[in-house]
Amino acid sequence: MIGESIVRQAAARKSYRGNLFELYAWFFMRVSGVILGIIVLAHLMYQHFGTPGVAGIKWDTIVGRWTDPQMGTAWRIFDLILLIFAFTHGSNGVRYVLEDYVPDRAWRTLLKTLLFLVYLILLLAGSYIIFSFKTAI
Amino acid sequence: MEKSKVTLKIKRFNPEVDKTPHWENYAIEVEPTDRILDGLNYIKWYQDGTLSFRRSCAHGICGSDAMRINGRNRLACKVLFKEMGATISVEPIAGLPVLKDLIVDMELFMEHYRAVLPYLINDDPPPPTERYQSPADRARFDDTTKCILCACCTTSCPSFWAKEDYLGPAAIVQAHRFIFDSRDQAADKRLEILSDSDGVWRCRTIFNCTDACPRNIEVTRAIGEVKQEMLFRKM
Repeated sequence: MIGESIVRQAAARKSYRGNLFELYAWFFMRVSGVILGIIVLAHLMYQHFGTPGVAGIKWDTIVGRWTDPQMGTAWRIFDLILLIFAFTHGSNGVRYVLEDYVPDRAWRTLLKTLLFLVYLILLLAGSYIIFSFKTAI
Repeated sequence: MEKSKVTLKIKRFNPEVDKTPHWENYAIEVEPTDRILDGLNYIKWYQDGTLSFRRSCAHGICGSDAMRINGRNRLACKVLFKEMGATISVEPIAGLPVLKDLIVDMELFMEHYRAVLPYLINDDPPPPTERYQSPADRARFDDTTKCILCACCTTSCPSFWAKEDYLGPAAIVQAHRFIFDSRDQAADKRLEILSDSDGVWRCRTIFNCTDACPRNIEVTRAIGEVKQEMLFRKM
């Protein structure tokens, strides 16, 4: 009897229909939260506590990292990952706030569309700069 | 036991007279081991018969006398005066329409409860004896069987205050009780209902529900388990 019910449960475990967007958004928030915990801390350490430190950071410092012959590409990839995860995580958080606190459907749709456009434009612009940046000092 | 003076500050609302609710103070003498419900009864019986509130069993099991006491949702029959201080505020639970004084319209709450199919669904022909279940299978959902539908959790939830379409913690607890019951066969159907953005995804893990529950159900954990189950079934 009991064995049977467990088998049936396993069979029933296949799937349910329904809204998957919110499920994946929720899962992304969990995963990106863990990843951000690590990479934001790393960013904080090298940007603010490493050499040259927060007071010494200039345009040249960042350009120097990105155009470094050995480590340049690695720095750019790291910054791209930071950009994608932090910006997507934050924007989805703002979307949650809109979902919760804008009761009017039309307003909510408008604000969410605006948010998505801002998100998309800034993400593309940021990625484009990371990859296309060429200036040597 | 020695009696002490306390002030009950009660939010009153009479729809036939008042436009908005107002506070009224009642000075009473109570023993430290009296319950808030005893104080409310004393006021109703000896000071002001117009005070309206729900109570049935008065022993913390029917769930009728949920109210916000000193800013937190509790059952008036489960809180003693000695735990509360000399001035105690009593309000109706928030987020549901107030009918009169401490009585709210529970229909929306019950509608959300009915929406999650809170009953055993099993299409197999009934066995000659009970539908057996191992102690381990039974323990899986033991916590959520303790719910008495008092609405303390749902009406303490900021997500529910912000959007009344949110099914709310109590409905999800009831769904949890059947989703994880090995004898039940309709988990998919319930998960589909709860996968709506007004289902479990409206929960932002604020934990007010867990704090409020007079039955000490770990409500936020139950909601988290439902979210997890949805994820596992899709991975």
